[in-house]
Formats: sequence, structure tokens, C-alpha cells
Amino acid sequence: MRAQRQGSSQWLLSLPSLAWLGLFFVIPAILVFVTAFRPADLQGGVGPGWTLATLEEIRDPAYLPIIWRTVWVSAATTFFCLALALPMAFHIARAGQRQRQWLLLLVVIPFLSNFLIRIFAWKSLLHPEGPLTQTLISLHLLPENAVLLHHAGAVLLVMVYTQLPFAILPLYAAAERFDFGLLDAARDLGARPLQAFAKVFVPGVQRGLISAAVMVFVCSLGQYVIPQMVGGVSDDMLGTKIAQRVFSDRNLPHASALAGGMMLAVLLPMLVVAVWQRIGRKEGA
Amino acid sequence: MRRSRLPALLAWGVVLFLFAPLVVLVVNSFNASRFGGTWEGFTWGWYEKLWAADEVWASLWLTLRIAVSAALAAMVLGTLAAYVLHRFRSWLQNVHQVLITLPLVMPDILMGMSLLALFVLSGVETGLLTIWIAHVTFCLSFVTMVVLGRLQDFDFTLLDAAQDLGATRAQAVRKVLLPLLLPGVLAGGLLAFTLSVDDYVITFFVSGPGTTTLPLRVASMMRTSRTLPVINALSTLLIASTFVIAAVSSRLQRRA
Repeated sequence: MRAQRQGSSQWLLSLPSLAWLGLFFVIPAILVFVTAFRPADLQGGVGPGWTLATLEEIRDPAYLPIIWRTVWVSAATTFFCLALALPMAFHIARAGQRQRQWLLLLVVIPFLSNFLIRIFAWKSLLHPEGPLTQTLISLHLLPENAVLLHHAGAVLLVMVYTQLPFAILPLYAAAERFDFGLLDAARDLGARPLQAFAKVFVPGVQRGLISAAVMVFVCSLGQYVIPQMVGGVSDDMLGTKIAQRVFSDRNLPHASALAGGMMLAVLLPMLVVAVWQRIGRKEGA
Repeated sequence: MRRSRLPALLAWGVVLFLFAPLVVLVVNSFNASRFGGTWEGFTWGWYEKLWAADEVWASLWLTLRIAVSAALAAMVLGTLAAYVLHRFRSWLQNVHQVLITLPLVMPDILMGMSLLALFVLSGVETGLLTIWIAHVTFCLSFVTMVVLGRLQDFDFTLLDAAQDLGATRAQAVRKVLLPLLLPGVLAGGLLAFTLSVDDYVITFFVSGPGTTTLPLRVASMMRTSRTLPVINALSTLLIASTFVIAAVSSRLQRRA
């Protein structure tokens, strides 16, 4: 009797968020795949009937270098974010209560301030007449007329900048639970500090490291605003192409096919990680 | 044992890296120079220009209306979701958990693209309503996560105690659970509000004519270089309000 009542109240209370996510998250995601098989109409919508033509179109070899660039820029962004976030998380987790709260706040504030504004800030910093370029030129670290903007390096820099908090926060959450006594033990046993960091701390926060890496990598895969605003003409990523297909060519099925491909590329690795972590948890338990 | 100074140095280096561009923006908003390469004297001029830019204020008003209503809806849905996720262990909640987590890791462009597909295929005109739906959808997961974190610290025996003392179940929830949960719910709502105000990519996909939110406005200002320093002034005000919101939020979450 009681279990039955609990069952129905569980359904009733779960219904609002389940229905919302079903209607506005699951169904739309499925519709992306459906749209890829529909013909385009000239108003940017979808025509009647079904077609395989779009799938033929996206097998265009011109997409290969773009996919390759998307993957390596995302991988490089992930690498640099983790490299910066690891010592950061290590330091925050060991800091005193007050300093820790300050550092966390300082990490969160840029993360919460407007995304476009942060890109704009870099755009004006890297601008040929901007302070960074001017300073570097006057220090003779850069040749006269050097251009920092509209460059693959600028894309990478700004990507690392905007994604860094996504790496720091999960790593910090893992580092907070890490037993720092293990580091002292390692050093008592003769490990050098860097050795102790690499062989004890890094494996100790492995779970946080994985979620940070997945988070940054996946978010980077979908970027299009950054390459559009600070990159050059040859720095397009897959996201740029999707946005172009929707807003310039007004070809929704083509954009959907690309987005569907990206969605598979995002979901499959996460599924693998989730299954792997579940197995790990069962073994650990 | 002596601690290495290296992590501390690196950590403050990262903080410097995070804040340097923002500081440059703030300084340049008072700089008479158009490009901000050199300091050409203090001015309030860009703020005066901003004050006179009516379209910016119209966009801000629109953005605030969307953010408040989306945050409120996400607070209700997210609190309920967090409560059932915490309270029940079943296959239904496993599915629920996955559905709540996925939007957090879904790239914005895919979320925008899929909602656009939904609205185009179902013939819904994009505009205020579609932006609101999109914002509630991505805010929902964040609110749930924040409230869930709060619930994990909640001592559920308090509810039993209230009922032992004669409160009905509804009274116990209203007078014990909700007040103790409120800081978490508010912090979640504040996060939702900030994310909604900030969102550019998803909004861009589902906005229609006449619904230029503030980020969309900033993007179009960035394309016309005439107004660049005005963006500095606007950014400074937005960064300042982010500071206030972050401070309020961290106070709310600390009040355990």
C-alpha cells in the first residue's frame, strides 16, 4: 500500500521535469536526425517528402580538413586547460578556508561574465593597435606589423581562456577529496615534489581529470563564435559550418546532418566513459 | 615539510590570465582613445554614449524579462527534479538523472540547432516564447545540480521530527524543508538568471525578428566598429553586476 503510494507520488513529482526535458531536449535531438533526411526548401525550412541527398552532400571531402581542425583544436584546448587547471586545483584544495573561497570566487567570476564580452576583451587586447601587440612590439618581442588577431593561435588562446573554469571546477572538486597526507608519505619515501605530484596526486584525482577533459573537449567541439570572431578565414571549425548552413545558406537539412554527426561524436565517447566508470565503481564497491 | 611555491605561483598566474582581459576592458571604458592602445586621458564619454543608446536599454529590458521568467520556471522544475532524484532510487530516476545531466555537457550549438529543428518542424514562429523555452531548458539542469548539492546536506530526520510533533506532511515540507532549502533554490535561480542573461549561441538560433537580447545586441555592435568603446562601457557595467551576483550567491551557499 505504502510502496504503491510512493510509486505514484514519484511519478507525479518526476513528471514536470521529465516532460519538459522529453519535449524540449530529447525530441528536438531526435528531430535533428530526422531533418537530415528531409529536403530543404528555399525559405530555410524543410520541404515535403524524404531524401538521402543531404547525406551524399556531407560526404564532401572539403569537410575532412575542417573535421580534423575541429578535433585537434579541441584536443589542444583540452591539453592546455588541464595543464593549467591541475596546479590551480592543487593549490586551491590546499589553501586555507579564506583564500580558498576567494580563489573559487575569482575563478567563477570570469566564467559568469558574458561570453561575448570575454571574446571582445581578447579581441581588443590582441588588436593591432591594442595594448598587448603594442607592448610586445616595443619590447622587440614581436616584429613590426605583427598581427596576433585572426590566427589559429588566437583561436586556441581564447578557447583555453573561456573553457578554463570548466576544467578547474571539476578538478578542484576531486582535489578537495584527495588525501594530501599521501603526498607527504611519498616524499618521506624519497619522491621529489614533482614526482609526488605526477605519480600520487594526478592518479588520485583521475575521476575529476576525466570529467574535466570530457567537459572541455566536448564544449570545444561545438565552438563557432570564437573561430568566427578571433580566427582567420582558414580557421573554420565544424560549428562554424553548421552556423553558416543555417544562417547564410538557409539549408536546415544540411546543417542538421552536420549537427547529427557532431551529436554522435559527442554522445558516443561519453557513453563509453559512463559505462567504464560504472564498471570501475562496481569493482571498487 | 617545506611546501613548493610553484603551485601557488602558477595559481595566481592563472588568476592573472583570467582577469587581465577584463581589467583592460574596464580601463579602456574610461580611455578617451578609440582603440585603447594608449592612454589618452580620462573620459566619461563612452558611458554618456551608452546612456543615449536606447536600443541597448530596450535589449537589456527584454533580456531581464526573459531571464527572470526563465529562472523562475527553472527554479520550480529544478527543485522538484532535485527532490525526486534525491528521494527515490529507481530505474525512472536513473533515466531522469541522465536527462538532467546531458544538457550540461551538450555543446550549445547542438542544443540551439535541435530546438530550431523542433520549432521549424512544428511550425512555431521563433520569438520571445521560443527563447524562453530554450532558456528554461538549459537552466533546468543547473538549478537541479545546485539544489541537489544542498539536499545532500539536508537532514531528513527533521521532517520525521516535525511530523512526530504533530505537523502534517504538507506542513512539514512547507515549514521545515522549504525554508532550509531556500538558499540553495535561490542560488540555483541566480545561476539560471546569470546563464540566461549571458547566453548568446542558443538564443541566436531560436530568436526571431524583434527579439534582440543583450548578447545579440553586443554581437551586432561588435560587427560595426564605430561603437566599439561603448561596448567597453557596457561590459564594465555587466562585469560589475556579475561581481555583485557572484558575491550574493556565494553568501547564500555559505549560509548552511
